[in-house]
Amino acid sequence: MAEPPDHNHDHHHPEGAVRLDYYEAMQLAVAELLIEKGIFSADDMRREVEAMQARTPAKGAAVVARAWTDPAFKAALLKNGTAACESLGIEMGPTHLVVVENTPGVHNAVVCTLCSCYPRMLLGPPPDWYKSRPYRSRMVREPRAVLAEFGLRLPDSTVLRVHDSTADMRYLVLPERPAGTTSLSEGALAALVTRDCMIGVAVPKAP
Amino acid sequence: MTNEPGRGVHDMGGLPAGPVKPNEHDYAMWERQVDALMVLLINKSRRVITVDELRRGIEGLGAGAYDRLSYYERWIASITQILIEKGVITNDELGRRMEAVKARFEGTT
Repeated sequence: MAEPPDHNHDHHHPEGAVRLDYYEAMQLAVAELLIEKGIFSADDMRREVEAMQARTPAKGAAVVARAWTDPAFKAALLKNGTAACESLGIEMGPTHLVVVENTPGVHNAVVCTLCSCYPRMLLGPPPDWYKSRPYRSRMVREPRAVLAEFGLRLPDSTVLRVHDSTADMRYLVLPERPAGTTSLSEGALAALVTRDCMIGVAVPKAP
Repeated sequence: MTNEPGRGVHDMGGLPAGPVKPNEHDYAMWERQVDALMVLLINKSRRVITVDELRRGIEGLGAGAYDRLSYYERWIASITQILIEKGVITNDELGRRMEAVKARFEGTT
């Protein structure tokens, strides 16, 4: 592969000049070549970009709210996360989803120490901090300190389970349903479930 | 950050590091396109490359590039390397096409 030029994010371009970044050019060139070779079509590419934009934490939140309101679905979700999500019409791709349930006294959180594996089919692409060296390094050594940096202080009596993802195995935290939400609809419940609650660095709050 | 011998640059679990900065950014279109490219290539109906191959390619970038490149830069570098290894595209046609793409965008033809 061609050697990249000196890489520097601090670009200084002449006023009005259009400069294409090295890796941006690589992406365009590779996509064009693959389309010409018939590996996929330009339409496939457009559809996939649109699908990515449609993948947001709202998908994961809908799954959590369904699990909170439908015990049979919750049991299926904990047994086989991939199949349960597919039963809701969510395209899950080739990786396996394991759903880990927070219960009174047990909290779960997710990291990928080796890279940035993440349940992107349910949450969209991961936030930058999830991929950062501090989160990946420290989450398995001093997770309580890391969670405190997110403002989540767990009592010492709470068992904390940190799940390290792999290329083939993704985790989603099923948070505890907040007290005082018995009258809420499934849609209103989903609105309480943030992305960070499903990574395990936050917990949902009653409205 | 210097890793102990035998530990790859990507293998950072348990090492000391600073506080987690809660950064996020909206992905640029070209980053979304890299993501789309990968999803299409690993699709069950195509299986041109696998998630594990993507990861192996990223881990093989070496310490300097691994830390210097952004997330989707690492992805496209790895995807491209694997496609060349597998003979799906050649180094030569990639080089020529990158020149053409740059010329087209920068209006220097």
